[in-house]
Amino acid sequence: MKHSIFQKHYHMMLLPGMILLIVFSVIPMVGIVLAFQDFKMGLGITKSPWIGLENFKYMFEMKDSRSIFFNTINIAFWKIIANSVVPLIFAILLNEVRKVAFKRWVQTIVYLPHFLSWVILSGIIIDLLSLDGVVNNALQAFGMEPIMFLGSNSLFPVIVVSSDVWKEFGFNAIIYLAALTGINMTLYEAAEIDGASWLQKLKYVTLPGIAPTIVLLGTLSIGNILNAGFDQIFNLYNPLVYESGDIIDTYVYRVGIVQAQFGLATAVGLMKSVIGLILIVISYRLASRFANYRIF
Amino acid sequence: MVQNKSWTTRMTKGSLYVLMALITFLSLAPILYTVAVSFSDKAAAAAGKVTLWPVGFNTAAYSTILNDNNFLGSFFVSVKRVFVGGIINFLITVLMAYPLSRQASEFRFRDSYMWFIIVTMLFSGGIIPLYILMKYLGMFDTIWALVLPTAVPVFNVILLMNFFRSIPKELSEAGHIDGAGPWYMLMKVFIPLSAPALATVTLFSIVNHWNSFFDGLIFMRSMENYPLQTYIQQFVVQTNLQNISSVERIEMFKKLSNQTLNASKIVIGMLPILVIYPFLQRYFIHGIMLGSVKE
Repeated sequence: MKHSIFQKHYHMMLLPGMILLIVFSVIPMVGIVLAFQDFKMGLGITKSPWIGLENFKYMFEMKDSRSIFFNTINIAFWKIIANSVVPLIFAILLNEVRKVAFKRWVQTIVYLPHFLSWVILSGIIIDLLSLDGVVNNALQAFGMEPIMFLGSNSLFPVIVVSSDVWKEFGFNAIIYLAALTGINMTLYEAAEIDGASWLQKLKYVTLPGIAPTIVLLGTLSIGNILNAGFDQIFNLYNPLVYESGDIIDTYVYRVGIVQAQFGLATAVGLMKSVIGLILIVISYRLASRFANYRIF
Repeated sequence: MVQNKSWTTRMTKGSLYVLMALITFLSLAPILYTVAVSFSDKAAAAAGKVTLWPVGFNTAAYSTILNDNNFLGSFFVSVKRVFVGGIINFLITVLMAYPLSRQASEFRFRDSYMWFIIVTMLFSGGIIPLYILMKYLGMFDTIWALVLPTAVPVFNVILLMNFFRSIPKELSEAGHIDGAGPWYMLMKVFIPLSAPALATVTLFSIVNHWNSFFDGLIFMRSMENYPLQTYIQQFVVQTNLQNISSVERIEMFKKLSNQTLNASKIVIGMLPILVIYPFLQRYFIHGIMLGSVKE
């Protein structure tokens, strides 16, 4: 093979990255054995006592575990739905805009929040929604009672989902906009000659044209059903809304890092990783079967 | 009849533009509001008089934070992690993307490496084993804790790899016939041809490093090592959230809180992103689209 002399150079190029992946990804994967130990920092992995499935038993018996699991799926599910529907509608409407300069301005601005961190955006949201914040001032101007938005269990999931949509809808619309430009213009011209209304064009040309994209994104989002968004919730939740807002990731942080119950936290995290992996594999399988999707 | 139709069409068209303008405004309004508060008079802000324009314009909040050594220290920790982390990310991304962009016939172990990388992307041991590992490695309170665990940006590697693959094979073949080895090809052919993709991955890693707060929170034990996002998380976000959770604190908090100061910290916390944003948004769509071309 004429390229055989290059092989060792290719290996050398990959070496630094591989070492880093082994140290910071593979070794922590081996670290999941902690889930079967009563791990103590001072004793280390080799000397900490092995306790079998005790941590998992405790996890399933704990009274909070059901609500944490439910909250995770509840928030993640509504995020998946809202983060598909809102960007889709936005993309379809923006696609109708013919003035290029206007369109570009809109795009530039709505993508911006995607690049800001949840620390920053939560700081802003907490200020806006506080008891003497802008939103409550407006409510009071209309004669309504102020609402403690971030202290209400019925409102907290709604705020989480809607602020996530606010941050991401523009960015999520990019892929739909790309799919919309891929639709053959002659289809629209033909429909117009046949006297189709806007709604008819939407139903018979636009939606079928981007259906493959919608199906693909929908399938791939199955893998996200346990990802309710740690960064966001960690920066918005507080003890008043643990009941409706505490998710697996925030629980793992509090139990593992704050309370130093390493074994239990690893068990909970492992549970999440395994279910997440199974769902991702299923969704990739479905995506490759129905939409010819390949990751690489 | 015809006239009537065109009139309704114009109405719908008009409302479409109004709706789009409204949505755009709503995306920007919270950010504008925060900037306005940061430049406002303290009392006016506390009384809720500020909306989108500063009331009683002054820069007192900014002079306060410019004299706050903890804040400045955190700012420089963030600058440092962006530089060190960004350079490491860049080198690793380029070095990994090139061999992985070769065909399996050209680089025999290409698919094995690829699977390994995908596995590390799909499965993780979770945060606790990493936390314990970092403690054993003695990396707490060092810059390495902020740059090494995220040193391999797998998403960027795949993006650049796909871009490299879109460069015509004839170019590689011609180079190899002329006796160019892999290092020469990478440095003199692939890198110069990949400016948009390289700009995209660099901007992504700058944004990621600047925006990260969680690694700073768990790996940094002393406050002076906090990156800026961690500082803001702890001293603005967390403090405000604690005050929400107890009703009796709210009244006291109202008197003590310094909304303008908090707003100015938040503005500085997003400033670098706003500064690079024009470049970011010019490159990223282009870069993503190019990177997603698959054979």
